[in-house]
Amino acid sequence: MNVIEMDGLRKEFTVRVRAGVLRREKRTVTAVDGVDLRVERGEMLGYIGPNGAGKSTTLKMLTGVLMPSAGQARVCGLRPVADRTRLALRIGVVFGQRSQLWWDLPLRESFDLLRHVYRVPAGAHAARLTRCRELLDLDAFLDTPVRQLSLGQRMRGELTAALLHGPEVLFLDEPTIGLDVVSKQAVRGFLAELGRAGDTTLVLTTHDLADIERLCRRLVVIDHGRVVHDGSIAELHRRYGSRRMVVAELDSALPEPPVLPGAPVQRVEADGRRLVFALERASVAEVVAGLAGLATLRDISIVEPDIEEVVTRLYASERKGPLLTPGV
Amino acid sequence: MGSVTATVGPPTDAHVTPWFRTFGAIVAAGFRRHATYRQAAVAGVVTNTVFGFLRCYIFLAATGAAGTVAGYDRAQLGTFVWAGQGLLAVIAIWGWTDLADRIRTGEVAADLLRPVHPVTSYLAVDLGRAGFAALARLVPPLVVGPLFFAVYLPRHWATVPLFLVSVLLAVVVCFGCRYLVNATAYWLQDVRGPMILWTLGSGVLAGLYFPLGFLPGWLEATLRYATPFPGILQIPLDVLVERESMPTNLGLVGLQVVWAVLLLALCRLVQRRAERRLVVQGG
Repeated sequence: MNVIEMDGLRKEFTVRVRAGVLRREKRTVTAVDGVDLRVERGEMLGYIGPNGAGKSTTLKMLTGVLMPSAGQARVCGLRPVADRTRLALRIGVVFGQRSQLWWDLPLRESFDLLRHVYRVPAGAHAARLTRCRELLDLDAFLDTPVRQLSLGQRMRGELTAALLHGPEVLFLDEPTIGLDVVSKQAVRGFLAELGRAGDTTLVLTTHDLADIERLCRRLVVIDHGRVVHDGSIAELHRRYGSRRMVVAELDSALPEPPVLPGAPVQRVEADGRRLVFALERASVAEVVAGLAGLATLRDISIVEPDIEEVVTRLYASERKGPLLTPGV
Repeated sequence: MGSVTATVGPPTDAHVTPWFRTFGAIVAAGFRRHATYRQAAVAGVVTNTVFGFLRCYIFLAATGAAGTVAGYDRAQLGTFVWAGQGLLAVIAIWGWTDLADRIRTGEVAADLLRPVHPVTSYLAVDLGRAGFAALARLVPPLVVGPLFFAVYLPRHWATVPLFLVSVLLAVVVCFGCRYLVNATAYWLQDVRGPMILWTLGSGVLAGLYFPLGFLPGWLEATLRYATPFPGILQIPLDVLVERESMPTNLGLVGLQVVWAVLLLALCRLVQRRAERRLVVQGG
């Protein structure tokens, strides 16, 4: 069953730019340019793209904050803008750069108020809060006014606030932005556990690809408002030719970088004593065998493809021109 | 993890807490939020009291030898000024830019993500704020004034409850006006212009700078019946000093009800229009 459906979803903004001393020209900027997407119940979807790609705008349309310029969206079977207050009861939203907590109130009171705002039965609210307190370690700052919390503490509070009414879909817009390593781990661990339970659909936008690798099986890449990849991380690697690397440490440098069939040299480091081969058609064994005949091997290691590198190449190719077919 | 996830369906009528409990909880939270700023409340009380002396002396000077002006005697003017000084903070006539600030920064997105209409939730918070102000800011001038000036005490038993109802309606009417002024931020981003107009206009037209009775009869009548402004301050104060008969006072409070309903409806309409063209600033 699809929890989220988008058909040709589009959002345009009008901006006025200076065109003379007094003249202003209207220009239309397309932030989201016809996105079609289906998300099933319980999926964990990573929604990534460079700055200004249209990630947050899509999320705002799905949560009913922004009105689409064209196209349609359905979340939990509801129209986000027209049924916004009804939809609010069924979704949870965390905007990393905004707060949904009450600035002047202690966290505990914010949570209590949310129980009334979302009309959650006291028992269910208490059970969820207890679980979040354990998993996110909230007790130390539960009585601190929100304005005095650190960013990491506030974000843990935000996550709790978004979950206390048991939402069917959780939208997270850069939930780990600005967090230190420990807080990032806490948030990721929590979301991973939430995903394992399997009945909450999670849509996550982030610039931190480690979040995606850790949490999401499905990855949607958006650029210039269009979907340029929709599939698993492994598929992304396959499509954009990301390769495993073999790093060979030699006793002494070779006069020329060796030519091994199916494994071109990517980098030469440490004055020629470290060679990095990309595995295209050759296997690791073939590279090792090929090298053993040429030099004394000191050490060998295999580097798995780096998602950051793939995505950087993907963004760069998109900037240069439409090398990829959108909406695949 | 099961207890955190969506194991419970959305609320249905069977276990929905009544709407007014939600509203009441937001009112109570508004009270608590504003109760945290106690030093600001003390500073406000001092300012209101100092200006109370100033205004009282000026108005009393206007009574001249006859001892009355525009239908108020000296004691009625005393009550008008001191109760008015206390009400300033209760109605929060000036300085409320919460909504405009949140529109400008994009924080308003969080308000739209709640299952409560923004006008309803902002009104509830404002009523909570007014409740705290009624205790912390209305009472002190009412105590200080009579120590230094003659004041008028209501003669009719029904005046006090009617005054309280009128104050509650004044808060709603003032909230409606402030919400509309703030909502211009959806179109303008920067609300300093509308805010200056409001500050200047509301002070004159609500009867703060002088009772509207000081104006020519036709102008006073026009303001009273055709604009919401007297409902913000002048009407509750006139009710308290019993300037008119009880049936007229009841009619004036009825007029406040009409304005309160009209303004809240207008706020909802404006909010709806604004949401269609909303641009959430910054990410």
